[in-house]
Amino acid sequence: MQTSRFLSQVTRRALMSGVVGLAVATSLPAFAADTVKIGLVAALSGQSAKSGQAITRGLTIAIDEINAKGGVLGKPIELVSRDDESNPGKGLVAARELVQREGVAAMIGGLDTPVSFAIVPFANQAKVPFVGPWAAGTGITKNGAEENYIFRVSAVDEYVDEAITEYLVANHAVKKPGMILINNPWGESNEKGLTKALEKRGMETAGIEKFESNDVDVVPQLTRLKENGADSLFVVANVAPTAQVIKSLDRMGWDVPLASHWGPSGGRFTELAGKSGEKLHFIQTYLFVEGDAKGEAMFARLQEAFPEIKTMADVTPATGIANSYDAMILLAAAIEKAGSTDGPAIRQAMYEIENIEGLIKTYTDPFSPEDQDAIGPEDYLFAHFVEGQIIPVK
Amino acid sequence: MTLLIAALVTGIGLGSMYGLIALGFQITYSVSQTVNFAQGSVVMLGAVLGYVFIERLGLNWLIAYPLAILCCGGFGMIVEILLVRPFVERNSEAWLMATVAGGIFLDNAVLFTFGNEPRTLASSLTQSTWQFAGTGIYPQQILVPIAAVGVALALHFLFRKTLQGRALLAVVQNVQAARLMGINTTAMVSGSFALSAMLAGGAGLLIAPLLSVHSDMGTLFGLKAFAVAILGGMTSASGVMLAGFLFGLVEALVTSYLGSSSTYIVVFALVILALTWKPDGLFGRPAVKKV
Repeated sequence: MQTSRFLSQVTRRALMSGVVGLAVATSLPAFAADTVKIGLVAALSGQSAKSGQAITRGLTIAIDEINAKGGVLGKPIELVSRDDESNPGKGLVAARELVQREGVAAMIGGLDTPVSFAIVPFANQAKVPFVGPWAAGTGITKNGAEENYIFRVSAVDEYVDEAITEYLVANHAVKKPGMILINNPWGESNEKGLTKALEKRGMETAGIEKFESNDVDVVPQLTRLKENGADSLFVVANVAPTAQVIKSLDRMGWDVPLASHWGPSGGRFTELAGKSGEKLHFIQTYLFVEGDAKGEAMFARLQEAFPEIKTMADVTPATGIANSYDAMILLAAAIEKAGSTDGPAIRQAMYEIENIEGLIKTYTDPFSPEDQDAIGPEDYLFAHFVEGQIIPVK
Repeated sequence: MTLLIAALVTGIGLGSMYGLIALGFQITYSVSQTVNFAQGSVVMLGAVLGYVFIERLGLNWLIAYPLAILCCGGFGMIVEILLVRPFVERNSEAWLMATVAGGIFLDNAVLFTFGNEPRTLASSLTQSTWQFAGTGIYPQQILVPIAAVGVALALHFLFRKTLQGRALLAVVQNVQAARLMGINTTAMVSGSFALSAMLAGGAGLLIAPLLSVHSDMGTLFGLKAFAVAILGGMTSASGVMLAGFLFGLVEALVTSYLGSSSTYIVVFALVILALTWKPDGLFGRPAVKKV
């Protein structure tokens, strides 16, 4: 009896140490692994799932291409995806798990600005490069860290605000634009950017109005702006709330120049907003247009990899695909240049990338310690919906 | 002037929606002192089912709308049977959390099956606007207050003039006595949850053409409607309806004159003040608890 209890204790202890050992082993970075792991943290379910799908598609095509040419450091790239459900807490947990358990060489992701903000301090502390293909919050890359491991291949609120201000001034000679912004951190970030862009030009605003994502009626806010003499409007919100702004404008019978962040591009905007939705002009970093050889080749590859894609309308938001494709190509080039999967080495190599052919443009010195954003205002396109498709504004 | 008229149009439209949804809280509370906190989600369910029946199954709206409302009623009964009754029978207040959980469950079940993209439920009443005094109005917006007042009147009639209504009132006054008089109190409570959910579903169908249809469209409505129900006094249908109009008008007027940044701060501060001043709601009677 005694002996058997002793034995069972010994076995239990042995088992426990085995389990602990195993946990330690799996939490160590996989130095001897035969793949280079890249982590993806993005919203793969929930309201933003369609955008998350675009990111996954862009990365898949890029990784297939890189692996077909022999991968990086002589090993194929392996994508390890985690769903953050647009939740900052879940995003941070996923990022920790990817770094500590999966031993990823770098991470791509952060669809929502708040999720990115949650991951930024961890990535800097863990010294693991984190490349954003979507979230546009200015402070994500400009985070004040001494050693900044955060890079971005996407639009930046501050630059977008500058670009949409310039667009209204240049095309409509506006003098007093009003702001109608979603009431969340993204709206706040753009309030700052737009105010700065207007101050730079010595212009005043007709007012800053906020609204909730499920507000039925934005007429009171818009009437206030109109009464204050707004001659144009900045709109910052996602698909459905932007549609509410358009419907309210319709109801008021107010036809006014509209410039928007890229929110409406993530869904069926004109179905929700009606024909008047076509009047809203917004920012994009990339669009599939017929006649563009690079874009058509990419579209063919997408169709091959994802048979559910039938027409150009099925690859929205194109911005998500292009940003993440380019982010992966740039990251792979940096890993190759660094000659290792060591975080600080990859970060250093990011500053030394030259002449990399991406979908959006050819990247020459895309990153520097002063500017960790690869895409600037000069790369932005203005687009609008026409019969359900996003096309460039002529 | 334009600002005032625009605020009034918006306020009456919003207020009648809040009132309609809040009536659902009032009905179940009157009958059983419990409420369905999934009410906001039922608003969404009504809109989503309307969309599915019309756009995906191609049903005529004359069939689709009543069918959607009936389904919501069924959901209300399920909520009562599974999430309220078991707790009330054991004198537990856990139905509160259970119905909140039921709402979250429904939101996510719809997200999973209906999809994450907001869609449009078209209505011929939102295709054009009537312009006047520098602002405009969709015919659909007029339908909402008409429906809300109509429902409030119908409920009044139901409670005062029909046998079932009187039975419900009897349950309200004294459950034991009502049971002794041969009234099936369990069925009455179930029925009140069904009726409450049907109101919410109907509100969802009325709102859908003005908003977009998606899985979390009802959450904010549910929350505001609960504030309205408390403000109205929980026990009086006309009080709840009036509180709805008041809430909607104050919300729109504050947004118009003070700006949207202060809307919720001012509106909910006013709710707190009003309840401090009259703890049983603006139009409610103090509850008598027999001990």
